Amino acid sequence: MSSTLTDLSMLELAAKLATREVSSVEATRASLQRITQVDPKVRAFLRVDEAGALKAAEASDARRQSGSPASALDGVPVGLKDIFLTQGVETTCGSRILEGFVPPYDATVVRLLKEAGLPLLGKLNMDEFAMGSSNESSAYFPTHNPWDLTRTPGGSSGGSAAAVAAREVFGALGTDTGGSIRQPAAFTNTVGLKPTYGRVSRYGVIAFASSLDQPGPMARTVADTAALLQLIARHDPLDSTSADVATPDCLTGLEDGVRGLKLGVPREYFTAGMDPEVEGTLRASLDEFERMGATLVDVSLPHTKYALATYYLLASSEASSNLARYDGIRYGQRAKDARGLKELYTQTRGQGFGAEVKRRIMLGTYALSAGYYDAYYLRAQKVRTLIREDFTRAFQQVDALVSPTSPVPAFKLGDKVDDPLSMYLMDVYTLPCNLAGLPGLSVPCGFTQAGLPVGLQILGRPFDEARLLRIARAFEREHDFFRRAVPV
Amino acid sequence: MPLSDFQTVIGLEVHAQLLTQSKIFCGCSTAFGAEPNHHTCPVCLGMPGVLPVLNQRVVEYAVRTGLALGCTVKPTSVWSRKNYFYPDLPKGYQITQYDQPICEWGELVIDTPSGEKTVRVRRIHLEEDAGKSVHDASASGGQSLVDLNRAGVPLMEIVSEPDLRDADEAVEYLKVLRDVLVYLGVNDGNLEEGSFRCDANVSVMPKGSTTYGQRCELKNLNSFRFLKQAIEYEAARQVDVLESGGKVDQETRLWDVNKGITRSMRSKEDAHDYRYFPEPDLQPLIVSDALRDAQAKSLPELPRAKRTRFMGQYGLPAYDARILTAERPLADFFEACAAHVSDAKKLSNWFLGELSRLLKEEGTPLSALRFTPAQLGELLATVEKGTVSANAAKDVLGEMFRTGRAPADIIAEKGLAQVSDVGAVEAVVDDILAKNAGEVEKYKAGKKSVYGFFVGQVMKAMKGKGNPGLVNELLKKKLGD
Repeated sequence: MSSTLTDLSMLELAAKLATREVSSVEATRASLQRITQVDPKVRAFLRVDEAGALKAAEASDARRQSGSPASALDGVPVGLKDIFLTQGVETTCGSRILEGFVPPYDATVVRLLKEAGLPLLGKLNMDEFAMGSSNESSAYFPTHNPWDLTRTPGGSSGGSAAAVAAREVFGALGTDTGGSIRQPAAFTNTVGLKPTYGRVSRYGVIAFASSLDQPGPMARTVADTAALLQLIARHDPLDSTSADVATPDCLTGLEDGVRGLKLGVPREYFTAGMDPEVEGTLRASLDEFERMGATLVDVSLPHTKYALATYYLLASSEASSNLARYDGIRYGQRAKDARGLKELYTQTRGQGFGAEVKRRIMLGTYALSAGYYDAYYLRAQKVRTLIREDFTRAFQQVDALVSPTSPVPAFKLGDKVDDPLSMYLMDVYTLPCNLAGLPGLSVPCGFTQAGLPVGLQILGRPFDEARLLRIARAFEREHDFFRRAVPV
Repeated sequence: MPLSDFQTVIGLEVHAQLLTQSKIFCGCSTAFGAEPNHHTCPVCLGMPGVLPVLNQRVVEYAVRTGLALGCTVKPTSVWSRKNYFYPDLPKGYQITQYDQPICEWGELVIDTPSGEKTVRVRRIHLEEDAGKSVHDASASGGQSLVDLNRAGVPLMEIVSEPDLRDADEAVEYLKVLRDVLVYLGVNDGNLEEGSFRCDANVSVMPKGSTTYGQRCELKNLNSFRFLKQAIEYEAARQVDVLESGGKVDQETRLWDVNKGITRSMRSKEDAHDYRYFPEPDLQPLIVSDALRDAQAKSLPELPRAKRTRFMGQYGLPAYDARILTAERPLADFFEACAAHVSDAKKLSNWFLGELSRLLKEEGTPLSALRFTPAQLGELLATVEKGTVSANAAKDVLGEMFRTGRAPADIIAEKGLAQVSDVGAVEAVVDDILAKNAGEVEKYKAGKKSVYGFFVGQVMKAMKGKGNPGLVNELLKKKLGD
């Protein structure tokens, strides 16, 4: 079993905090020490808030001492993707344009974590404005995959995934617009859940594509993921797209297994271009589900082939509008020597945004332009409806869908930076779920011969997170992949 | 063709600030005149991560307006983003309604010299206001500062069809619309503070034509006078262009108040591509039957209906009725007073004359009046009975206006009651006639113009308090008429 504190899962640590065998300050110090030790190699953190985390840990210990913990995870230190606004702590969203921006308020999910007593260790690296699948479009530096430092941890929540995998944090929050929680989870042997659209508040989460973005938990185990979800899944009156549904109970029934469940295998998700090792691992996982008592059903999602184009049109359109506020007028970076308003805009944005962000702003601006709107944006919205209907039909037959999370395991840093289209293909299995607003989860399902993690994706009906977690847990129980020691 | 051979065609787009306490998508105050950027929060500042939450009161007000104008209130309407860069537009886009507005197809009836006219209202939609840029061109080199107090203030845009045919009709439409909105309690009608403002689309075509000419948009006309002047100038300008063989360009023009001309602001070629698309941060706007019915039930009687009723119920001439019904508090107060008097026309005379003079001179709003409708009724009854003269009653009203004291008390204290005692008046009359025997002779000899002299003398002797009827009656009797 685990030899050091930082190897514990969140719930294991919480149990020790509850019995006061360990204090939150000790756990937080252990995390900080681990960060000092491995982060120079992994580079998951944009900034560490040592003082803030220790102060929260002390407060947590005081609550434990007085017998009134704020939540089941009170005192368990976690990290935040730098897309979440943190009052008083610089938040850049991985961009130069927000360098030096210190938010005056907390994102709703950050507030919820604080209220639940979790020390927040700092802000984790990400692709700029969450646009990317490898963390290489962060304006600061790329994060390295703890399983192989020459490889990417995935994106855009790659910093969160890497920090969780490298035992720097016990869990983290990420956001998923087209797979940005699930793909990095698959690349790093961690669990990542993209909740149903509207399940978790987007208030205070820097917007990339409003109709697709969804914050979610990332952790080492399914149970941790469930516990973290329960802290953040709340109706939020500050987010008009937040669903007014009760917080799910994902822990009760987590161990109920998959016997009797019908799992759909979408044939369009097993296509050419998939890495043979990934496919082999997936096939083996499907056999295991059958052995555990689930029934596999061949299903078709016929509009899948349009999902990638649809996604990039809609996400870029929304992004082009959402990123208009970064104009150098009110906060963040402003071009120094601009003369006149137009120069101020063009220079600020020209200097502040990276290549990938500019590419998508251009694409979205074009797609929304008069004369092109009908051919691109409107058409994409119609296809989105068809994709959603594909899922609705499939879920009339089956309880959940299982597929690979990513067609390939973690690729080398630098491999795809100059080929945006091949980078976009990394999201091909994850983004249909965002277009449909459904919950999706990635759970570790094995390793390649080179020791790279492979992820299994489970997709479900709206607000059916508890079932996804239960299916994932059934699989996880057979393997305990999370116990495998990370080489870094 | 001379100007008179052309027909002007006008459509108006009116922006009315809704009278809510808080902004359309956040809880910040909408109060006018605060320190710059005082009424702001992360949401209306467009900080990263913020999301809009709709103020329900805004929906109620729009529905109320739509119903009052006979519009179809759409059960579902959609928010859109209008994208453009400007320093006072914090998010880089304005949240507005585009192809699916909350209300459509209503109408407004106005009076024209040739009778009633129905102007069609094409749509009513909701949107947020932008902030304000303040340009300082002082010696320090000039700075531009941004005040975002207005950013997120709720606006309702009411767009008419091009049914108006001259500047006077346009002004009348704007006035009638303003009165309706103020009546509904959804807008304060304040043009000076910009809470009620108007753009005009103006074109000209040869008389008899059914094809509209190319239109120009005149921006931000913030008074009835400017609206009239700008339309008249612009129509004449367009006729000049056509007469000299040119063609009118579609463009946006500004009214230059100082020069009294319109000038080009931007042409169609520089027109913005606003890249409208549905606002993903807000669900479609649903107006429930319950909300609509509640607004329908609470709709007040509108100025035009009230005017007609005043003419019928109180027998008032159209002129009086229009003035009395132009503002709801005045109409309400009139009706409250009318319950205490027998002759509504006399009451109306007091309203249009002495009362409106006092209100104007003292700058007192009706809501701050100190006297009660019953007291005004009492004063009028006193005049009717001859207890005080009409002139004295004006003094009494002035005192009531300032102090709210009862008319009887004021009359008693100031000794303004008329002397109606026959004996007392007769004694004075006898005295005057005795003192002026010469004049009496002249009168009796046929010089009837002396009569006024006798009245004057009696009134003077009685310090103006003699009952005029009684004075006349006794004088004539004594003079043998």
